[in-house]
Amino acid sequence: MRYARCSLLVLLACLAGCSGVEPWVKPYERQNFADLVMIADRDPVSLAYIEHVYEAREGARGALGGHGGGCGCN
Amino acid sequence: MLALALALPAPARAAVLPDDRADALYHRYEGGGVTVDGPSLLVRKKFGEKFSVAANYYVDMVSSASIDVVTQASPYKETRRQASLAADMLNGKTQYSLAYTNSEEDDYTANTASFDLSQDMFGDLTTVSLGFSRAWDEVRNNTDPAFKEPVDRWSYRLGVAQILTPELMMGLTFETITDEGYLNNPYRSARYRDPDDTTSYLWEPEIYPHTRTSNAVSVTADYYLWYRAALHGMYRYYTDTWGVGANTARLGYTHPIGERWILEADYRWYDQSAADFYSDLFPYEDSQNFVGRDKELSTFQSQMVTVGATWRLPPFEWGGIERSTVNIFYDHALYDYADFRDIPKGGAAGTEPLYHFGADVLRVFFSIWF
Repeated sequence: MRYARCSLLVLLACLAGCSGVEPWVKPYERQNFADLVMIADRDPVSLAYIEHVYEAREGARGALGGHGGGCGCN
Repeated sequence: MLALALALPAPARAAVLPDDRADALYHRYEGGGVTVDGPSLLVRKKFGEKFSVAANYYVDMVSSASIDVVTQASPYKETRRQASLAADMLNGKTQYSLAYTNSEEDDYTANTASFDLSQDMFGDLTTVSLGFSRAWDEVRNNTDPAFKEPVDRWSYRLGVAQILTPELMMGLTFETITDEGYLNNPYRSARYRDPDDTTSYLWEPEIYPHTRTSNAVSVTADYYLWYRAALHGMYRYYTDTWGVGANTARLGYTHPIGERWILEADYRWYDQSAADFYSDLFPYEDSQNFVGRDKELSTFQSQMVTVGATWRLPPFEWGGIERSTVNIFYDHALYDYADFRDIPKGGAAGTEPLYHFGADVLRVFFSIWF
C-alpha cells in the first residue's frame, strides 16, 4: 500500500515535469503499433486462461500486464 | 481446489474501446496427475462511440490425482463455474473500466469487483493506467459442512506504456496485493518426523498466516522488425511478506505468413524461493507457529515453451461478420522442485527423490469480429 502511494506520487511528479514534451514519434510513424504482430497476447479469452494457469501453479501473482484481482487458489 | 478471480483483462494500451467480438475457447491442462478442461465464451459489444460491455462464461472441469491427493487423500472430480461482466467508457483520452467476477465451486466462492482507468498523454505516446480490485471469498470444506471462512483481498495497480521509437514500445507495471483471512487449503497437511511411526513421519494440519502482502513489478518490450515480425520480452520481479521471491522472464516471436497466417513461439522462465514457513518435513509436531507443505510455496523453477498459429478465414457474408479466425496454442511446461519430495517414489523420510513433472496445455478457439 505504501509502495503504491509512493509510486503514484513519483509518477505524478514526472508527469508534471514532462508536460511540455513534444511527441518525438509522429502519428504517421506509428503504423507499426497497429499491426497485429506487435500485440502479444492479443486475444483476451486466451490471455485470461494462460494467466490462470500461471497463478494456479506458481507462488507469485500480479503485474502480469493483463489484469489484477488476485488468486483464490489454495 | 481451484478458484481464481479471473477478470477480463483490462486494456493496457491506448485508450480505445475494444472491438466488437465473440470468442469460443476450449482449454485443457494435463500434468502432475491433474486434468482440467472446459470452455470459455466471451462477447464484447460497443454501444455508440463511448460505451462497451463484455461478458465471459468460463468452466474448469477438474479431475485430480495430484501428488498431494495421492499422498494425503483420494482422487476427486469437481467443476468450477465463473461468470464475468465488464463495462468500458471512453471520455476523450480517458478510458474507465468496471468489472465484476463470480466464481463458484463446491467448496469455494470468489467474488471480485475492479475499477481501471487509463489516460493517453504526450501526443498519445504515453498511456498511464491505474487500477483497484476488491475481492471477497468464502472457503468451505466438503468434509465439514460447518466450516466457512472468509478471505478479503485488495489489489492496486499502476502502469505506464510508452512508445519510444517507431519500432519500440515499452511498458512498466506495478501491482501490490493484500490478502486477509483463511489462506490455507483446508484439506492439505504438513509432514513432520515421528520416529515411533513405521513410516517415521506423520501429518498435521497446515497453519498459514492470516495476512499476505505481495509486490510485483514487470517491464515489457515489443519491438517491430523490419520484415514485418515482432519480438516480445517481459521480466517480472516478485516478493511477498511470506518470504516468497520470484523472477519471471519471457521472450516471444510473432511472424506472419501472407495475409492469413500468424505464427508465434514463446519461451517463459520462472523461478521462486520458498515461503518462510514451508518445509517438506518438519522436525517434530507443532515445531513452529506456521507450517505449510504446499509445493506452490516451495523452491522450484519452471520452463514453458509455447507455439501458436492463427488463421484468418476467407471473408464470408453472414450476420454482419467482418472477419474471423481459428487459433490454436500449445504449451509444454516443466516443473522442477528443489525441496518438495516425491513420497510415492519411496525411500527413507526426507531422502525420497525430488518431485518434478511436465504439463501440456492446449488452447483452441474461434473468434469473430462484427
